[in-house]
Amino acid sequence: MAEPTTTGSPTPDEPLLRAEDLRVHLDTPRGLLKAVDGVSFAIERGETLGLVGESGSGKSMLVRSLMGICPSIARIRGSVRLDGRELVGVPRKEARTIWGNRIAMVFQDPMTSLNPVLRIDRQLTESMRLHLGLGKKEANERAIELLTLVGIPEPLKRSRSYPHQLSGGMRQRVTIAMALACDPDVLIADEATTALDVTVQRQILDLLQEIQAERGMGMILVSHDLGVVAGRTDQIAVMYAGRMVEHSPTADLFAHRRHRYTEALLGAVPRLDVPREQRPRAIPGSPPDLITLASGCAFAARCGAADDLCRAQRPELGEDLGTHRFACHHPVGTDAPAGADAASGDGADEKPSLMKETPA
Amino acid sequence: MLRLLGRKLLALIPVLFLVTFATTALPDLVDGSPVAQMLGPGSTPQDLKDLEHEFGYDKSLPVRYVTWVGNALTGDLGESLKTRTSVMDGIAERFPVTLELAVFALLMALIVAVPLGVWTAAKAGGRVDRVIGGVSSGLLSIPTFVSVFILVYFFANPKMMLAFKPTGWEYISVDFAKNIEFAFLPALALALAEIPQFQRLLRSDMLATLQEDFILTARSKGLSTPYVLFRHALRPSSFSLLTVSGLTLGRLIGGTVIVESYFAIPGLGQGMYQAINGKDIPVVQGTVVVIALIYVLLNTLVDIGYSLIDPRVRAR
Amino acid sequence: MSTLETAPAVGETPATAAAAKSGKARKRPSFLLWFAIAWMALVLLGALLSLVASDVFPHGYDKAFGEAKQAPFSSWPEFLGTDGLGRSHLTRLAFGARVSMIVALVSVVVGVLVGGLLGLVAAYFRGVTEMVIDLFSDALLAFPPLILLLALSSVYEPSQTSITAGLAVLTIPGFTRLTKASAIAQSNREYVTVAKAMGAGPGRIIFKELLPNTFPAVMSYSVIVMAVLIVAEGSLSFLGLSIPPPMPSWGGMINSAKDDLSLYPSQVFVPCAVLFLTVFSLNVIGDRLRAKFDVRDTKL
Repeated sequence: MAEPTTTGSPTPDEPLLRAEDLRVHLDTPRGLLKAVDGVSFAIERGETLGLVGESGSGKSMLVRSLMGICPSIARIRGSVRLDGRELVGVPRKEARTIWGNRIAMVFQDPMTSLNPVLRIDRQLTESMRLHLGLGKKEANERAIELLTLVGIPEPLKRSRSYPHQLSGGMRQRVTIAMALACDPDVLIADEATTALDVTVQRQILDLLQEIQAERGMGMILVSHDLGVVAGRTDQIAVMYAGRMVEHSPTADLFAHRRHRYTEALLGAVPRLDVPREQRPRAIPGSPPDLITLASGCAFAARCGAADDLCRAQRPELGEDLGTHRFACHHPVGTDAPAGADAASGDGADEKPSLMKETPA
Repeated sequence: MLRLLGRKLLALIPVLFLVTFATTALPDLVDGSPVAQMLGPGSTPQDLKDLEHEFGYDKSLPVRYVTWVGNALTGDLGESLKTRTSVMDGIAERFPVTLELAVFALLMALIVAVPLGVWTAAKAGGRVDRVIGGVSSGLLSIPTFVSVFILVYFFANPKMMLAFKPTGWEYISVDFAKNIEFAFLPALALALAEIPQFQRLLRSDMLATLQEDFILTARSKGLSTPYVLFRHALRPSSFSLLTVSGLTLGRLIGGTVIVESYFAIPGLGQGMYQAINGKDIPVVQGTVVVIALIYVLLNTLVDIGYSLIDPRVRAR
Repeated sequence: MSTLETAPAVGETPATAAAAKSGKARKRPSFLLWFAIAWMALVLLGALLSLVASDVFPHGYDKAFGEAKQAPFSSWPEFLGTDGLGRSHLTRLAFGARVSMIVALVSVVVGVLVGGLLGLVAAYFRGVTEMVIDLFSDALLAFPPLILLLALSSVYEPSQTSITAGLAVLTIPGFTRLTKASAIAQSNREYVTVAKAMGAGPGRIIFKELLPNTFPAVMSYSVIVMAVLIVAEGSLSFLGLSIPPPMPSWGGMINSAKDDLSLYPSQVFVPCAVLFLTVFSLNVIGDRLRAKFDVRDTKL
């Protein structure tokens, strides 16, 4: 078998983590819920992907499918490869050697994501003992190192504490230490700072960035807040109703946002440097029901520029990873939705040109 | 913590007063004289008076109560009307047997119910869950004296399977193996009624725990499902089960009468049963008070102990 | 001809099979409930007949009429066989139902009336009244129930009245706690405050406002308590401390047949099965009521 093993060296031309046409469908009593529907992306070592969207856009389900922690009613299809090794459709037992070992995750709420009745050291060492085969003593020593690394004072004392004896920020540092335990290649932070105070939020984000740079990990930063991911990512994917609607290198996205939804999201971020009239605007309406989704663009109902084409036909996202991709018939910058149905729509589908930007 | 303990124990005093007072009043409810049966044929009314005086039944209830409490505090629960031996000694001899039976039954129930509870919670709504749920609701409706017959018929019957002997109690201090062998069926009969309750309780607590975020965290570490269930989910789900186990132990100590009288086990329940049939009031009194005392104290301890096992509560 | 006949039948079969299947799947949980109701109706019928029209039974409960220890389903109309003295199991089980039902129903009614009243009074007045009532409840609950009954049977000659009285006293604290808890929950609602503000007296508030709203919880609890009471009475008769012979009771029938277990198991298992089915049915009905009214678990 020429299959690469866990320790196999990276296949040339394979990015560190690559998802292709990933789908997570849930068999709910009401019908099929397409929580994630055809998502592709790639991350290199040392690179950060920002995953942005409202709650219910499928971003959490997407990262959970990477970690094998979807609800039991979920059917996962498509492909996720870590260093060329497929994770979708392989027996759980095999995939478990990857989860928590080479891909690890930091969860949203540090108050609930730690087991309240187990001491910190137990929770820190169990994955090291499982994946790295460390003995109790070695694992404990490493746990102290990790706690020091994430900036916890008195790590020896803290490691013997129960979670409720630590503050929220401290607990999130512990969960980061837990995720780092096996020196993972990919770190996923699922709204890792949402539940924290603003000042603590910053510290945690800086910590994550620092550790990532130090270790050359790939990272996925999930957030509902474009502001959080703005300065800390290499590429950003905006999700809406289970699909990516815009995906681009970070700088490009902020300079030339194309999708109407991204535009709306940016409009919803509070800023102090803009005139009062342009203060945050809520996006009108609410996210669509994913079970009864119609065939057109999912955002059409809430979009100011939507026309019949939008309601009838779903715009496709480009296939070239690494370029500025967006799924919109009437992207920002091409004004006057009327008149240019077929031409501009197809043009946008085929190859979104970065040069095409018209000055406002 | 100490204040909580003090308050709980203080609250026990009026309850204990009523319990002991009611037991002391027991002889007054007897039709005729409690000691009448001790008299042989041809005895005179004076003999009766003498006996009543000897056992203190000629005094008024309040006087008797104070005397009784004073004696009880020094460990003297009076004399058996039948054997004229110390009631306390009889209880001290019989209590370990009953305690062993109750603990054995409790352990048995937990050993069966905990895996079942975890399993049904992990597979909630599935076929396993429904089958076990159905069996356990049936089991819940089988009284102990019926399960005794079912067990004896199938497992201690020369015509079916003679795996156990229905009689022949041996003290644990005399022959451990023989003791366990004989105690198995009676303990199982007691345990059968508790298993469905434990399983249901653990299942519902487990279901709540499995919804928690920290279970996702544990699963995201690549830990196996059994490991997550038993190491991460079981402990935070077991607090009410532990509490109920404590209460159950108290109930079992007071509920062994049926199995002890059927299997001829020389425990408290059998002693009480014989005393009732023999109208041996002091023995009944002593046994009732001891059992009620254990029951009440155990309930209070469990109440306090609950705050000791959960680190979250302990911190407050 | 034959083809003509089979043709529609073939067309019909899948449809009817599907209908039957979906019907079964839908009705499945309530099948148990209907069975339980039917069984309880049967038990009540037996109890009622033995009370008012014992002549309908082919043989009396206290007279031998044939061979002893006949197995069930060997003859008609005595299809449940005979006991160790050749008496009719059928008649004796019906009379046993009478004992069980009277004991359980009377105890529950007394428990509901006395316990419910005490609970409502405690909930309305709170303070010292509540403390005193709680104290007596706690003291009564401090005895394991069977132990208290045994203690009483040491001084009273067992009879239907004494057993019923003892069990009734034991059911009181459970109902007191239940009505108190649910009445306190009710009395914090606005409509009670409104009634008080309008000058309604304690009697009016207790009986017109609090009582009707505690009813559902009390009703479903009563059914479960009946099951517990039947087991308790059975335990006492099993120990020979209940209704004296020759009056039959289920526990007593089990007790008197216990030495025949290995040779004539039906002697023991026929009354056992009747007792089990009754307790099971009451539990099923009680659970259903509780689910319907969403009442939380309370211990007797």
